[in-house]
Amino acid sequence: MRPGSTSAACRALVARDLALASRRRGDALNPLLFAIIVVSLFPLALGPEPAVLARIAAGTIFVAVLLAALLTLDALFRSDLEDGSLEQLVLSPHPLSLLLACKIAVHWLTTALPLIIIAPLLALLLYLPAPVLPVLLIALVLVTPLLSLIGAVCVALTVGMRRSGMLLTLLVLPLLVPALIFGAGACNAVQSGLPYAAPLLWLGAWLVLALVLAPLATAAALKISLT
Amino acid sequence: MNALTLWFHKFGSPPTFYRVAGRLLPWLYALALIAGAVGLYGGLVVAPTDYQQGDAFRMIYVHVPCAWMGLFAYAFMAANGFIALVWRIKLSETLAIASAPVGAAFTFITLVSGSLWGKPMWGTWWTWDPRLTSELVLLFLYLGVIGLYNAIEDVRQAARAAAFLALVGVVNLPIVHYSVVWWNTLHQSASVSLMGQSHISGSMLWPLLTLAFATHVYFFASVLARSRAALLSLESGKEWVREIALASTAHAERAHV
Amino acid sequence: MNAIDLADHPPLLVARGLAYARNEEPIFGPFDLVLDAGEVVLVEGGNGSGKTTLLKVLSGLLAPTAGEVLLNGATLTLAKLSQQVALLGHLLGLKMELSALQNLRFAVGLGGIRTGITPQIALAGVGLEGFEDQPLRLLSAGQKKRVALARLLLVPAALWLLDEPYANLDRDGIGLVNRLLETHARRGGAALITSHGAYAYTSGTPRRIGLDTGAAGIDAQVAANDGTGPASA
Repeated sequence: MRPGSTSAACRALVARDLALASRRRGDALNPLLFAIIVVSLFPLALGPEPAVLARIAAGTIFVAVLLAALLTLDALFRSDLEDGSLEQLVLSPHPLSLLLACKIAVHWLTTALPLIIIAPLLALLLYLPAPVLPVLLIALVLVTPLLSLIGAVCVALTVGMRRSGMLLTLLVLPLLVPALIFGAGACNAVQSGLPYAAPLLWLGAWLVLALVLAPLATAAALKISLT
Repeated sequence: MNALTLWFHKFGSPPTFYRVAGRLLPWLYALALIAGAVGLYGGLVVAPTDYQQGDAFRMIYVHVPCAWMGLFAYAFMAANGFIALVWRIKLSETLAIASAPVGAAFTFITLVSGSLWGKPMWGTWWTWDPRLTSELVLLFLYLGVIGLYNAIEDVRQAARAAAFLALVGVVNLPIVHYSVVWWNTLHQSASVSLMGQSHISGSMLWPLLTLAFATHVYFFASVLARSRAALLSLESGKEWVREIALASTAHAERAHV
Repeated sequence: MNAIDLADHPPLLVARGLAYARNEEPIFGPFDLVLDAGEVVLVEGGNGSGKTTLLKVLSGLLAPTAGEVLLNGATLTLAKLSQQVALLGHLLGLKMELSALQNLRFAVGLGGIRTGITPQIALAGVGLEGFEDQPLRLLSAGQKKRVALARLLLVPAALWLLDEPYANLDRDGIGLVNRLLETHARRGGAALITSHGAYAYTSGTPRRIGLDTGAAGIDAQVAANDGTGPASA
């Protein structure tokens, strides 16, 4: 008999989730489409003046990304719960927090990374000044994993419920206020010629904290929800 | 097992808690009522009018104690949630859940009174002051805890999930607070801070402290009363609850005759 | 002599006074069971008698309200699970978009693998040769169940907990489950299976335990211990 190693389990999980994501390619487009729609609603509501749009561009993009991420969070454990894979994950002898960290990483790769890739397009639609774009991208790279990690804790708490959409929003949004403030704040600071390193460093520190704590918290929350 | 754990297990057993809390409750309510009346009289009548803010400053006698209680109730809820999750003590689950609506109510009053104070002071009902914004986030956290508790069918599982969320909120609250402060310095428009930089005189201070005491006592009374009711429904199948039910029906029948 | 035996080789699974309640309403129990290596036990009970919940408690997914579960003499908790228990529930834990082989490879990655077997051999063993690369959603319900059974052949778990393993299976499939159980018991494994009574474990002389009352469970166990053991070679 050969008991599997934890790294083999993590590799198997990542391979399976990536294979699943490639089978469900259509799902990956949903958050992109959603973010583009949200962003394109703002010029329609506020008028097309470039000066106005440029001022709100970074904030609007962050709100759109946040909402799009929220839209995909619900699916993080849904299918695993419905077909019983989640039980098998919980029963496996490997640290559940590590397995969940792998799941969260794949979720980030398949839902958030595409959003970061189309961010320049969103910036173009809203006349974001060119010097702000690099800061926007860095801030998004720091903020989106935070959304996935903190979102995962809340999803784990609501995993057994049939209609959890509104509740999930209520749980996640207050916890994500700092991500929005620092992310969009860094971009606004660049735009008004202020130093922008501090909010980015804050985000980085918070991300490190979340990387360590959130998988553990997600595992604990999942055990509460399932048992 | 040390003395403290033993005491906790004894007092923590639902029948004992029910009895002791039932005996404490009238005293707590009376104390809260008296301290509240004295404090309000001192604050609204005795305390001198503020030379800058006029009579509007008297709002702090409602606003500040409630703001303190909003935070205190959250800390109490999280501490009980921690005990409930680590040692699986049923009473702590009940206490944590019982303090959520009370804390939410205090936070709501803080927001409303702050807004009422803001109208004469700032000329607007709402301003994105860092403290008010943090308070708003706190209210959302409370609503999340209450919503999560009500959404899960199994009562004890619901209590554990809500307690866990409260703990996650504790880790996040300082980050929320500092982010809001930083955000506010970035966007600051001049505003008067609620407590002011000036020192508060003794005649203005004692009613404030009395009212803070009154709200604390009221909070505990309310949490104990809510916990008693929750324990009755949680333990409805147990012997001690049946005895109470029988005793109260017998009492009612005697009263009827 | 019995006591010495117990100390040297604790039984694979022991349940003592096991009970589970949700919102103070008892789901099952008290339930007592001693399961030795090489035994197959059939838990019978009507719908709603708590069979599924019992398996979840025995696997460690749910914490019992009262009583305890000992696995090889040590208290079972989710934190201390080793690769000794395989649970097959109503939900099979399979991904419909992936092929049978992909699903089994994932199961092996998660749970490890026995020596001398590959996912291909396991699939052939459950009669699914030629279906290795078919997406699972194209297979019938019975074939999906067979894929889930192939997982049991692969992972090195001594204790199988099977919830209604006969459901959705044809006559051949029922025979297959019985053969798998026999082989597993002969190799020193043990299994606890549930059934609402419509299908039965036919080969050997399985111990049967009724779940409707706790007392019946103890009686059945005493009776079974008096008689000959199950098909343990």
